Amino acid sequence: MAAAAEKTADIAQLKEQARRLRVKIVKMLAESGSGHTGGSLSAADMVTALYFYKMRHRADDPKWPERDRFILSKGHAAPVLYAALALAGYIDRSLLGNLRKIGCPLQGHPSSKQLEGVEVSTGSLGQGLSIANGIALGLRLDRTPARVYCLMGDGETQEGQIWEAAMSAGHYRLDNLCALVDLNSLQIDGRCEDVMRIDPVAAKWQAFGWHTIEIDGHDMQEIVAALDAAEAYQGKPTVILARTIKGKGVSIFEDKVEFHGVTPNKDELAIALQELGE
Amino acid sequence: MGSREEAKPQTTTDFCGQHVATRDAYGATLAELGAENEKIVVLDADLSGSTKTAKFAKLFPERFFNMGIAEQDMVGTAAGLSLTGKIPFASTFAVFETGRAWEQIRQTICYSHLNVKLCASHSGLTVGEDGASHQALEDIALMRVLPGMTVIVPSDGYETRQVVQAAAAFDGPVYVRLGRAKVPACLPQEYRFQIGKGYAFNIGKDVNIIAIGIMLPMALKAKEMLAADGIDAGVINMASVKPLDKELVLKAAQASKFIVTCEEHSVLSGLGSAVAEYLSETCPVLIKKIGVQDTFGCSGPADELLKLFGLTPEAIVETVKAGAAQK
Repeated sequence: MAAAAEKTADIAQLKEQARRLRVKIVKMLAESGSGHTGGSLSAADMVTALYFYKMRHRADDPKWPERDRFILSKGHAAPVLYAALALAGYIDRSLLGNLRKIGCPLQGHPSSKQLEGVEVSTGSLGQGLSIANGIALGLRLDRTPARVYCLMGDGETQEGQIWEAAMSAGHYRLDNLCALVDLNSLQIDGRCEDVMRIDPVAAKWQAFGWHTIEIDGHDMQEIVAALDAAEAYQGKPTVILARTIKGKGVSIFEDKVEFHGVTPNKDELAIALQELGE
Repeated sequence: MGSREEAKPQTTTDFCGQHVATRDAYGATLAELGAENEKIVVLDADLSGSTKTAKFAKLFPERFFNMGIAEQDMVGTAAGLSLTGKIPFASTFAVFETGRAWEQIRQTICYSHLNVKLCASHSGLTVGEDGASHQALEDIALMRVLPGMTVIVPSDGYETRQVVQAAAAFDGPVYVRLGRAKVPACLPQEYRFQIGKGYAFNIGKDVNIIAIGIMLPMALKAKEMLAADGIDAGVINMASVKPLDKELVLKAAQASKFIVTCEEHSVLSGLGSAVAEYLSETCPVLIKKIGVQDTFGCSGPADELLKLFGLTPEAIVETVKAGAAQK
């Protein structure tokens, strides 16, 4: 692979950045009064590690051809992406307050036509991995060292297209692709195991030809190590299976199914900000 | 991607005057474009022999991706390839391309307005013996309703070649509807396809017949039969179903105050509907729609199916006469 610039992760700094992301998420959701709280917070540590450690990207040149790509297949977690784009300097932070409002490019689910820094519009679940595969194939044709990251939800892997794409990535040995599954165990109607069991997760991906890494999706050191290991692995795509807690970071949201698509009210926001050290 | 001198396809014909299936002209043109433009990549879902993308696959294996029997993944992968600056052509049968993967086309390709070309073969009744499961009679409707989608239905090999070239040169999603059966050549040498432009063979005083695909040669035949009965019929090729050539449709409607549309597709939401939607607001005239009447197809030889479902020059003549009496 590319002579990877020896980057060392400053774990403490990344944790602080993740905290800032969570603050932005709860604030924008409270202001909007509409959006997905739980799944944005569960992915916050992984998205932080991608945007502020692993990915090569340029906020002042969003279409830089050699950039690493991030596809938010679980598009309802748009707030975590918007928070990362704001903190990375892609978008004006003042936009966050207008999430989901008429005329604001911060659509309920990410829209690439409306917001710079969003690679492709997502929101209808199950489609991101196929897109990531196509990008990986294109980058390989171009002999570009850039990599592709695709974040999925665990409930999302109930979509059949995910497994079509898992098969394709395995078949084409897309080692420039790294998928991440946010295993927060919850979906709208309840616990994944009750709604539609997805276990055994690792065995499924392995059977489709993937290299799997299982981590605690809130342990920054483990996330960073997994992303590095994924980049070093050759001959197969890697999937990082990250055990997470939905609503992570705010006790009243954690592991609460009702906070899937519900935003914090005024009191809840105050609690959230206090717990997040604001 | 070192250029492969030996991989250049044989000198291709422009198919003018040739009796070929539009899918054959597509496959040959794709191979030709592949030699000219390294950005062209092709995807198929295990039907490359039938869609004729196999020719490209043989010449440019590194730019051909067989996605297996997985149309949703194929469409999404094509979208991803377009995001790296490639010009993907994704092919399978029209039913599967537009039906099975419709929501992927909507969400990923159209909503993001990606430069993906969906070129589907085996549209309409002329699939023949495989029957209703494989006969797309709804594909124009499904694609036409999507914002930003361009929908093209070429009639013969000569036009198909130009359509495929135009699709490759155009930035944005394009659906090209191709057929299985050999079709007569009907467009003249001077014909030049343009997205958004129709082509009038002539404008009639009594009726104007707007046709696409295999119905175009039938419309031309019907015109001659009508002339023998003293009815002045015009014939218009409206390969660009979306965007529709509104100027030409309006001109035809004003000239004859009677329009007949012909398509190898459901009469619901296809070409006829596109014409009717426009004229109802600008120049309400009598419109008769020839197509499949809100029903599924069935197995049988293509020619016989066309007769069974009333897609013949005789049926066009009959419809024109009935309309003329009603005018």
